[in-house]
Amino acid sequence: MPMLEINDINVYYGAIHAIKGISLTVNEGEIVTLIGANGAGKSTTLRTISGLLKPKTGAINFLGKDIAGMPAHQIVREGISQVPEGRKIFAEMTVMENLELGAFTRSDSDGVAQDLKMVFGRFPRLEERISQLAGTLSGGEQQMLAMGRALMSRPKLLLLDEPSMGLAPLLIREIFSIIVDINKAGTTVLLVEQNANMALSIASRAYVLETGRITLSGDAKTLAASEDIRKAYLGG
Amino acid sequence: MDFFHQLIQQLINGVSLGSIYALIALGYTMIYGIIKLINFAHGDIYMVGAYLGFFGVTVAGLSIFPALLISMFVTGCLGMVVEKLAYKPLRHAPRISLLITAIGVSFFLEYAGMYFVTATPRTFPDTGLNFAFSVAGFIINGQQVMIFAITIILMALLTYIVQKTKLGKAMRAASFDTETAQLMGIDSDRVISMTFFIGSSLAAAAGVLVGVYYNTIDPLMGIMPGLKAFVAAVLGGIGILPGAVVGGIILGVIEALVAGFLSSTFRDAAAFAILILVLLVKPSGLFGKNTNEKV
Repeated sequence: MPMLEINDINVYYGAIHAIKGISLTVNEGEIVTLIGANGAGKSTTLRTISGLLKPKTGAINFLGKDIAGMPAHQIVREGISQVPEGRKIFAEMTVMENLELGAFTRSDSDGVAQDLKMVFGRFPRLEERISQLAGTLSGGEQQMLAMGRALMSRPKLLLLDEPSMGLAPLLIREIFSIIVDINKAGTTVLLVEQNANMALSIASRAYVLETGRITLSGDAKTLAASEDIRKAYLGG
Repeated sequence: MDFFHQLIQQLINGVSLGSIYALIALGYTMIYGIIKLINFAHGDIYMVGAYLGFFGVTVAGLSIFPALLISMFVTGCLGMVVEKLAYKPLRHAPRISLLITAIGVSFFLEYAGMYFVTATPRTFPDTGLNFAFSVAGFIINGQQVMIFAITIILMALLTYIVQKTKLGKAMRAASFDTETAQLMGIDSDRVISMTFFIGSSLAAAAGVLVGVYYNTIDPLMGIMPGLKAFVAAVLGGIGILPGAVVGGIILGVIEALVAGFLSSTFRDAAAFAILILVLLVKPSGLFGKNTNEKV
């Protein structure tokens, strides 16, 4: 049984029909990516999974539980954590406070301390800036903080929304190699990206989204090699 | 009495009045911070707090401190009920609807107050604080000592809650970005509810202290202090907790100085002149930052 199974969801922003009957699955241990142009509905899909938006119809099953329509703050407790688009760190709080908020749902202080060590292990720069206000960090550091914060809830499924946004190519590489490490350590990843090249290079499977519909899906390597995809998303 | 002596005396009076504004302004600013609502009913919540303290002392025969604590707790619960019934259904409505509702709640509390306790002003009984002593020739009375002490304790407690506790961190996160706070597992409805509890109980404390200080309370007593606390919150920078405290104290001191050196009829005018001045010169308030977003 897949870890996450989305079955024919329809999502609206007021009168705008943003997601038109999407179905997708994510299996435990995978990196799955959702690629597509700006406005295709990638972020909307992630925001619906994390509970910030409610699907009008359709089902979202996570570990055998229907989570469609469950409030966002409860979905975190089910084991899904989102790194939002644009990072959305708490700029007026310290790095440490941001990480503590990531562990808001937890009461196992030993486990939290362990995970804090794990996060600092992955992102040593965060430890150096532990008492600095998050708003003073550079863009790359803020992305690391947003990821570290999401990991602090010890998620089973990590949703990443455009982690490459606004970052220099070298930094993008660093972030993506950390995503692979996180996945190897046992966290399943659903990754939304406009940078299809990078996303396909680390994912095992991919879905291509166009104006609210999935138009293609399959093995990431096959898609990366396909002529259509190369033309549309990989710059020839 | 020379000028300097009178100045210090007015400063003492001003800081005690300002402490009361600060307590009310804190609630204004906390509520604004979390749901971006200027809660115009906040002054009337303060009035309810004053009456609960009054009945605690007179009807229940409590001494002033237990009466204060009970008033703070019950008024805090009233704040939560008001939020749940009047504001929560409008969570996704335009902000102007929320503002108009707040004005409606304000009238409701004022006239419900008149209905239940009549419009006749009540005299607060002697709370054993009607003594005065002089320090280096300056007169300080028992009520002022109580105001200073309670204000400092409450502000220390509030600072501790906001800075150190899990609830406080959740409050700060939710007022910075409600949606992302939810992604952390924070139940924003609960945090908003708790913010109304804390803000309303601080207003209740101010209400009881004013009852003790000025000896008289009535159902419309919340209008003017409510507006002035709003001025204090704007002066300090709305949404910023230390700003509310500093704004309240400054406002209290200026009022006392105007009343002492010019005429007490100009007191209220001075308060609102400050509002106009702040809005003209620095609309974000003394502690306000010009927010620039990192893209």
